[in-house]
Amino acid sequence: MNFMASKQPENSLLGPESDSQRTLYPYVTGTSVVALKYKDGILMAADMGGSYGSTLRYKSVERMKPIGKHSLLGASGEISDFQEILRYLDELILYDNMWDDGNSLGPKEVHNYLTRVMYNRRNKFNPLWNSLVLGGVKNGQKYLGTVSMIGVNFEDNHVATGFGNHLARPILRQEWHENLSFEDGVRLLEKCMRVLLYRDRSAVNKLQIAKITEDGVTISQPYSLKTYWEFSAFENPAQGAIGSW
Amino acid sequence: MDLEMNLNASHSMGTTIIGVTYNGGVVLGADSRTSTGMYVANRASDKITQLTDNVYVCRSGSAADSQIVSDYIRYFLHQHTIQLGQSATSKVAANLIRLLSYNNKNMLETGLIVGGWDKYEGGKIYAIPLGGTLIEQPFAIGGSGSSYLYGFFDQAWKEGMTKDEAEQFVVKAVSLAIARDGASGGVVRTVIINSEGVTRNFYPSDKLQLWHEELEPQNSLLDLLNSSSPEPMNI
Repeated sequence: MNFMASKQPENSLLGPESDSQRTLYPYVTGTSVVALKYKDGILMAADMGGSYGSTLRYKSVERMKPIGKHSLLGASGEISDFQEILRYLDELILYDNMWDDGNSLGPKEVHNYLTRVMYNRRNKFNPLWNSLVLGGVKNGQKYLGTVSMIGVNFEDNHVATGFGNHLARPILRQEWHENLSFEDGVRLLEKCMRVLLYRDRSAVNKLQIAKITEDGVTISQPYSLKTYWEFSAFENPAQGAIGSW
Repeated sequence: MDLEMNLNASHSMGTTIIGVTYNGGVVLGADSRTSTGMYVANRASDKITQLTDNVYVCRSGSAADSQIVSDYIRYFLHQHTIQLGQSATSKVAANLIRLLSYNNKNMLETGLIVGGWDKYEGGKIYAIPLGGTLIEQPFAIGGSGSSYLYGFFDQAWKEGMTKDEAEQFVVKAVSLAIARDGASGGVVRTVIINSEGVTRNFYPSDKLQLWHEELEPQNSLLDLLNSSSPEPMNI
């Protein structure tokens, strides 16, 4: 069914537009996702905010979801596009299961599929407005990768999207090491998420941490982080220069 | 001063729309103002539209877009009901709306709140803002007037209200939004949906409580002047 085709002026160089759709700008967005490899698998953290411009409109959005048996997907950016990606992945996993051959798609394969989807959409000037983090473990091999809305993709020991790249990655570069324990990994992620809470306007103090190991996926219950404001420098910051901040 | 009203501006429902769940069903609420630029094209519109016997939708944004989307979904749900052999669920209605909203995101400008009752999940509220995100919530607010209600809901909302508590809450909320949002106004309409059926209610402005700096409406100044004098000064 063709709903409402839009009109082009006669001198337009654009091709046929009648059934096309292009995301020009995002509406409901999620902010950073941060993830790292640890001893038993991958740990990933994301808050539960869905912002509508500058309004922190939705505060219970789950931005991390398990995919198949071996992967975990976290997304920032437009939530409706993330919901659509989950539908694509549902179909991918369904077809994979229907082979009924004992094999199942691992995180590397899912990451590759997502990369192709994102890059091809970008080439058509109709991107899925998301930055994705894909982590998983299969046959003892840990995998952690990321894809952006323009198709940039890579894997690393720790990744982040959005503000996380600027605020969390430097912390991770200093403090990440091979074979982190679960507790150390969680504490490191919480350190990153706390900084994001202080410094990212679209952050919301309600987050989840997800873990994926050979045994499967666990997504924590939503919880909030304590924040620290009791510094003497905070109490009277303009003391030395009245009128300043 | 803008003397030329843009009478050819598209009909937009500035709007305040609300949907809340309570123990037993849902209550939907909305104001009744439809504006064309600065002119109020319809001061008594009905923004709570029926999709099926048990599912209704609150419409905001472009009047045309929201009407056509709900018309399509009513048509699809009608066929779905025949095929299924029983009433459609609110989840199905919400997902159909999401499909249209998402796949036509570049052309549509409408935010919708779907509310209904079905025997499987009871009362449910689904919000579908611009862009086509689908999000199930215990309550939802939308439209330009909703900006003034985030604080009110954060403070006053509670789970498990009774039917009457929920309806009074919705009426109070829409009324507060109307007080501050120029694009919302008129009457407050509510629709209550539960296992027993659907109840429509209508609250004209004079039935609502007065807020800050609002005065009791009078027939005429003359009534005030002629009443027992001297009237105490209103400071």
